[in-house]
Amino acid sequence: MTMAAVELRHVEKRYANGTLAIGDVSLTIDDGELMVFVGPSGCGKSTLLRLMAGLEAVTGGEIVVGGRVVNDLPPQQRNIAMVFQNYALYPHMTVRGNIEFPLRMMKLPREEARRRLQHTAALLGLEPLLDASPRQLAGGQRQRVAMARALVRDPAVFLLDEPLSNLDAKLRGEIRAEILSLQRRTGTTMAYVTHDQVEAMTLGDRVAVLNGGVLQQVGTAQTLYAAPVNTFVAGFIGSPPMNLFHTTVQRDTHGVLYMAMGRHQVPMAAPHWPRLAAGAAVPVIAGLRPEALSCVDGDSRGPVIEVMVRSVENLGHEKLIIFLPPLEGGLDNTTPWTARCQPRVQVVPGVHTSLAVDTANVIFFDPADGRALADQWTS
Amino acid sequence: MRPVGGSGLLHWAKYTAWYLFTASCAAVFAAPVVFMVVGSLKPDDRVLAEAGGWRAFVPGHASLQNYHDVFARVDFGLFFLNSAVIVGAIVAGGLVVNSLAGYAFARMRWRGRDALFAAVLALLIIPFEAIAVPLFYEVSLFGWRNTYVVQIAPFVANAFSIYLFYTFFLGMPRELEEAARMDGAGFFHTFFRIIVPNARPVFATVTILSFLMFWGSYLWPLLVTSGPAVRPLPVAVAEFKTLPPLKWGDILAFGVMMVAPALLIFVFFQRWFIRGVVSSGIKG
Repeated sequence: MTMAAVELRHVEKRYANGTLAIGDVSLTIDDGELMVFVGPSGCGKSTLLRLMAGLEAVTGGEIVVGGRVVNDLPPQQRNIAMVFQNYALYPHMTVRGNIEFPLRMMKLPREEARRRLQHTAALLGLEPLLDASPRQLAGGQRQRVAMARALVRDPAVFLLDEPLSNLDAKLRGEIRAEILSLQRRTGTTMAYVTHDQVEAMTLGDRVAVLNGGVLQQVGTAQTLYAAPVNTFVAGFIGSPPMNLFHTTVQRDTHGVLYMAMGRHQVPMAAPHWPRLAAGAAVPVIAGLRPEALSCVDGDSRGPVIEVMVRSVENLGHEKLIIFLPPLEGGLDNTTPWTARCQPRVQVVPGVHTSLAVDTANVIFFDPADGRALADQWTS
Repeated sequence: MRPVGGSGLLHWAKYTAWYLFTASCAAVFAAPVVFMVVGSLKPDDRVLAEAGGWRAFVPGHASLQNYHDVFARVDFGLFFLNSAVIVGAIVAGGLVVNSLAGYAFARMRWRGRDALFAAVLALLIIPFEAIAVPLFYEVSLFGWRNTYVVQIAPFVANAFSIYLFYTFFLGMPRELEEAARMDGAGFFHTFFRIIVPNARPVFATVTILSFLMFWGSYLWPLLVTSGPAVRPLPVAVAEFKTLPPLKWGDILAFGVMMVAPALLIFVFFQRWFIRGVVSSGIKG
């Protein structure tokens, strides 16, 4: 098994018309790691994959595969395989012909080629389909053929460009599990592009979040969720998204930190910003995950806010309460917020309800640049 | 295009009217061909005598005598062979040259591409008659007159064929080529093993169009050939007409044998041809 780490060093892609598609991206995908690139459409994630593949040339920085700078190598010499969004199976060849094509290009001895074909077909359960033509296959089967064609070469790195986007939801879940298990069994380094953050979170060893061609954060799903580095990551990762709002925080003379939420002054849990001195109110953007707001059922320790319920989504295992934030003035109070509540809670639209705020799970961001403030004011 | 809607009697009336209309159109276009085929089977004196009425389309006592006469009077086989060699070479060479050129314009990035493509498109509007004389002068300098080469070389590269290939390749999913590159295929492998097998409609279209264009070519062969040795069918049939005695039955038989390959080619490639015309984006 060929394995290789992929290193991106200050990679930049600027098109001839001056558009910056990728700006100064640096990261390392470790040997055998599954790295997922996620971001909204047009964020540059597919471009980044195409740069790694060699289908487009970088205009700055270096791409290193297995310790070798591959900037000037054509795709066929990078030992990288790719699965395309629309699979790009060769319509005039059978499944066998499709899988064999890269082996023919490698000019492998016939016996070795046959062995690899059989091994890969068995790995992906394609033996009964070898003589079928791609147009006779269903979406999931085409997807598997595309994977087989990429895997059969035993590439050092495996790139997947939104490979599940043409499948229905159920099949998507199945194939996602298959890809994950395949990656674990083969141990191939994988870069996987998706716009679906749920897919990113469930699949990746680590997830790289991109926006506007700029790398926002790289980390495990848990890190991205619990400690987003800026408001973009905070808003993009998580479903429903984090509730973000402009507010102020202030420490009183007793050392207690308060966050303003409309007419409420919510006292914060102890660990927040021990270094922030008492005195004037500091403007911040605060972020509350939906689970940091919960329906008050009987007694509640900690601060509580009163809100007017707009709608309720009952998902069976939980209820999502949609409401307008309890903020006064400002621009924030037009974007609805979400709270996660137990399914047995009785809440109906159009009435007031009380929500407990889990003040230990509030994240603050700098209103000037949207960056998380955690590092700045904590010890 | 077909009438839709309505029910029962009205529906059938509409369909009948529509089919009558299309059948009449077909009859108008088919009439000259039928006239030629039927006339070629008749004795010479009856061809002209019956030309003015419906009998022109009824064979009566059919015989192949006129065909015998053609072979007896001229070396038809030689002319046919000349035409086949010339048109075959133009078509085969053209498929290679023009498809590669179309691909280069559609898919490859190189300096001066757009300017050169504009020049190729401009060639579409220049009629051959306008360049025939300077071209004649040029090939005379090369000493090419009265050869096969002079009838082939100037026509292999063809602006219209390049344009057809160009539009087809533009519409092909780019991922196919990218997948081939990722799979280790170089330029020629990608082109001949991935692109060409998936471009059969446009190859069929170009084959038919250039075959028809050059199978009936008259002016240029007339200019550059001066004897039967390399003379193709269209010039030969014109000459045959002037060969005494004037026999219309023979001329029609000559015409039938000349047109038959074109009809066969069209019938053979028709399915792909229609798809090619549609997918090349040159509808209507």
